[in-house]
Amino acid sequence: MFKATVFVTLRESVLDPQGSAVRGSLHTLGFDEVGEVRIGKYMQLEIDLNDRAAAEERVKEMCEKLLANTVIEDYRYELQEV
Amino acid sequence: MNFAVIVFPGSNCDVDMYKAVEDCLGQPVDYVWYTQTDLSKYDVILIPGGFSYGDYLRTGAMASLAPAMESVKKAAAEGKLVLGVCNGFQILTEAGLLPGALRRNQSLKFHCKYVDLKVESNSTPFTLDYQEGEMIKIPIAHGEGNYYCDPETLKKLQENNQIVFRYEGLNPNGSIDEIAGIINEQGNVLGMMPHPERAVHEWLGSEDGKRMFTSILKYWRERNGAA
Repeated sequence: MFKATVFVTLRESVLDPQGSAVRGSLHTLGFDEVGEVRIGKYMQLEIDLNDRAAAEERVKEMCEKLLANTVIEDYRYELQEV
Repeated sequence: MNFAVIVFPGSNCDVDMYKAVEDCLGQPVDYVWYTQTDLSKYDVILIPGGFSYGDYLRTGAMASLAPAMESVKKAAAEGKLVLGVCNGFQILTEAGLLPGALRRNQSLKFHCKYVDLKVESNSTPFTLDYQEGEMIKIPIAHGEGNYYCDPETLKKLQENNQIVFRYEGLNPNGSIDEIAGIINEQGNVLGMMPHPERAVHEWLGSEDGKRMFTSILKYWRERNGAA
């Protein structure tokens, strides 16, 4: 069994209006040191496979087919054996 | 001529779309539940607006994988007409039937108002009854209508005359190249954020959307004789 943690964010080339708004609010609060802010999604998946390479391949496929829209989003994932 | 209005859990413009077909054309129209897979009897497939699957994960992402969508893809490949409005546009991009993606509005606000649109192309089956360059008034109601595609795709859209509607004046969502609606390369699948089905009577505020429906019928009649 693996626990997969998937992170999805807007691609660098795509403007992130939520991130810009949050950055503005942080500056309002006095956190002037904050530069760019990017907002993303965090997903946890239980993967019922024993082989790490196989699990990795399946998770990658899930990201490509559904979890991320690669037209505008980047993804990365971590696999942890449980 | 048979129209289908696909209904997903969370669709909320399905009735508007149905009534628009009824009122403007008086042609047979059915609600088709998203689990249905046989769409062979329909000539036109309308994908209405709303919040299918509660906009979970991304707008249109879950609906694009619903059982009916496989048949919509098949119908599109056969050259049948497919029109996606608002959430319907989002579903069509997620399904890969149209290029690009719809992002959150740049202002982060949900905009519900009339906008001015320019008809950039009247050579599509959906816009035959408009003049090229004509200005029309159609309402929008969306939080994620900010169209994006990479520069290469944009160039293709421009060169192939696939940009059918552009926002004129104020761009309500930050959409790239003021894009409000595009058509696929084959010219039979159109997606747009504004709602023509909500602008089919003067008493609704505008009847500029009506001619999208009459165009569809005209196109079909030209190819199939009467009926």
